[in-house]
Amino acid sequence: MPNDTLPEPGVDDALNRNRRDPARLVQILREVQTQYGYISPAALTHIAGAVGLPRARVEGVAGFYSFLHTRPAGRYRVLFSDNITDRMQGSGRLFDYFCSKLWLERGKTSEDGLIRADLTSCTGLCDQGPALLVNGFAIPRLTEERLDAIIDLIRARIPVPAWPHEHFEITENVRRKDILLDHALQPGDAIRAAIARGPRAGLETASNERSWREAVLSAPQGPVATLEEIKRSNLRGRGGAGFTTGLKWEACRSALGQMRYVVCNADEGEPGTFKDRVLLTRYADLVIEGMTVCAYVIGAARGFIYLRGEYRHLLDPLEEVLEARRNAYLLGHGIMGQPGLDFDIEIHVGAGAYICGEESALIESLEGRRGVPRNRPPYPVTHGYLQQPTIVNNVETFCAAALIAIHGGEWYRGFGTAKSAGTKLLSVSGDCARPGVYEYPFGVTIRDVLEDCGAVDTQAVQVSGPSGVCLDETEFGRRIAFEDVPTAGSFMVFNRQRDMFEVARNFSHFFAHESCGFCTPCRVGTTLLRNCMDKLHAGHGSQHDLTEIVDIARVLQATSHCGLGHTACNPLFDTLKKFRPSYERRLSSLAFSPAFDLDGALAAARQMTGRDDAGAHLQPEAAEGAGR
Amino acid sequence: MNQAQSFTLDGADVPYRPGQTIIQAALAAGRYIPHLCYHPEFKPHGSCKLCTVKVDGRDMAACTTPAAPGIAVESDTQEINDQRRMLVQMLFVEGNHFCPSCEQSGNCMLQAVAYDLGVMSPRFSHLYPSRPVDASHPEILLDFDRCILCELCIRASAEVDRKSVFALSGRGITKRLIVNAASGRLADTNLAASDKATQVCPVGVILRKGGAFAVPIGKRKYDLKPISARALEDAPRPPGARHG
Repeated sequence: MPNDTLPEPGVDDALNRNRRDPARLVQILREVQTQYGYISPAALTHIAGAVGLPRARVEGVAGFYSFLHTRPAGRYRVLFSDNITDRMQGSGRLFDYFCSKLWLERGKTSEDGLIRADLTSCTGLCDQGPALLVNGFAIPRLTEERLDAIIDLIRARIPVPAWPHEHFEITENVRRKDILLDHALQPGDAIRAAIARGPRAGLETASNERSWREAVLSAPQGPVATLEEIKRSNLRGRGGAGFTTGLKWEACRSALGQMRYVVCNADEGEPGTFKDRVLLTRYADLVIEGMTVCAYVIGAARGFIYLRGEYRHLLDPLEEVLEARRNAYLLGHGIMGQPGLDFDIEIHVGAGAYICGEESALIESLEGRRGVPRNRPPYPVTHGYLQQPTIVNNVETFCAAALIAIHGGEWYRGFGTAKSAGTKLLSVSGDCARPGVYEYPFGVTIRDVLEDCGAVDTQAVQVSGPSGVCLDETEFGRRIAFEDVPTAGSFMVFNRQRDMFEVARNFSHFFAHESCGFCTPCRVGTTLLRNCMDKLHAGHGSQHDLTEIVDIARVLQATSHCGLGHTACNPLFDTLKKFRPSYERRLSSLAFSPAFDLDGALAAARQMTGRDDAGAHLQPEAAEGAGR
Repeated sequence: MNQAQSFTLDGADVPYRPGQTIIQAALAAGRYIPHLCYHPEFKPHGSCKLCTVKVDGRDMAACTTPAAPGIAVESDTQEINDQRRMLVQMLFVEGNHFCPSCEQSGNCMLQAVAYDLGVMSPRFSHLYPSRPVDASHPEILLDFDRCILCELCIRASAEVDRKSVFALSGRGITKRLIVNAASGRLADTNLAASDKATQVCPVGVILRKGGAFAVPIGKRKYDLKPISARALEDAPRPPGARHG
């Protein structure tokens, strides 16, 4: 009986590191997973007892996240990134190569318990793919040679931390800089500027000894004045929804609560997006500076960075930045000598769930639960982390807020368009000569971006990932802006050699894999859509399937619980409208719908009997039946 | 002035008390909105989406959307009922439902809602998931094939029984009901046959052993009256209000 065995010795260490706090359950499970390759039944029982939760609840959390396993999943867990850009760079062939060399079946742990290989959603290395994760660490630029080297390391049972560093070298590929990427700030500049926004009169009063109380009274003016600058800037959230940041901060500041929290959404899961990875690698100080300014404005003492599991390699460098800032009095108690300005940040690492990029699902995950979006209202600004007022902003939004704290709202509004202030970072990948991160003032046309990144013979661009919009060449004059083509940052380029049906099919697999399963339409609908696409791909589709896709997609759009379900059908709608021939040439019949391949169904029988003669095939009849 | 507040549902006035959701007010006023995961005794959570209505033109779940003065709610329209039919069809192909051989036939809300909405076929290819039966408990049988993931047993066990016998694991289409035992067997949990959790399943997952055909098919709850009528009889309403 597995429940009679003792938990592994490291389980208690993981529990203690996380203060046996049920809100840190995902972190506890992740640490046990990292150490033992899976979370054993005994470990689940032990963790449940230690944090005071029912065992089934703990098992349910472990079962939600892709990177957590409750059965042995191999000493080496290899996940190939399965975004369409990885596919275009040959990941499918490389995955087959890897599996056949190691005699592996997809998703099955090898007999000796050494290795398990599977596919995973986009790992955010589209500009340097194909990519994979081994035990959570990213390896870019896969080739057969690199896979051979990896296979040797696995066969020699070398632990991943001891693998040659060159395999894990990730480049930033910053191609175009503007006000954000070209900033020349020193750590602390933005906080100092925010504090200094308190009225000068108050400070002068203090220095001319009349009354220190008046000076203190003026101190709360700093947050208000900074908030006014954020509002004046017209900054809108960079995660996709585009809510006005100033209003969000103001609502949180004026909400009733005992504690306030600042959360940085670094769960950059939208396929094709990787600009947050670059910001967290090269501009971590600016991100944290922005979070600290936010804490100062709303009066928060605790913050979190929710780092997606795929960016595990950024955890240690980010911890170092946080520590350096604590040592420089830029985090912790009395930041920059300001009494009462207390703020510190913890990093939570995700465990493979795209849905946790939705802010209320992210908060659920932060609280140690399954990442299921909450019913709203109430919104996180009033009832967020532990039901307290909480700001959740994108990585890039915090960076922009730090700039505004220094230069002011008017300055920031001077960039971009009338309705979309400032600049936007784009993660450019796919068929282009120079993939990477590009910063543009809002209003740049699709065509300009294509020209800059060296894209030729372009057929389509998928802006803002699968949940965004697919643009064909008649639309390349449109502009990146909230009022035209809004985006969270993903910009995937497809040339004329690409089959847009296959692009949409890849996205349908993505949504089916990432649906949280809470509501009926998304849970079942995304799977039905994926099955329809696979049926068309296999050549068994008919006109009827195309209308089914549209009907299912409409119900998803109307009745789903959150944005995932609402947008899951976008790529299908777009490609059906703009690239319909890529669907229609796959239809085996325009009139009837063959649900399955009768001759194909005999393949197993042929294999078992060793027969492969004409009599073991239905093909002649099938050809006759088709009669055209 | 203490005027009763109201909104309109398909053109008719529906009064409500502050704090009520649209479905609560509607049922209390004798107006049926199809639903599966909503139960009058539990806090609504809005997962089945069958009760989706249009509120001033926007699609909202009637069970989680608070009633508000003057809103115009549409529910009984061709478009919305088409959506509901598809949601029911999705639930039918997601699990393994064999109504003719199911001992809950006639008492099952999924079946009753399907009849009431006029669902004539499953429409989609079945997914045929593998969901083994758990017959380990002496008094209670779990047939997961029929689970529609409404979470009522989870809510009842946690909130009323204070036991948390049930929980969810998996994600997306692999989401499934699990029980609170390392063995994964119901017999190893502290479930008692008298628990609230055993009484709330709208379909045929949680079954009492030994009484399956005490009431013959044809004389069961929804054999006698369609669910649209039964739901109104079961709905809590202010004292003195007449039953619809």
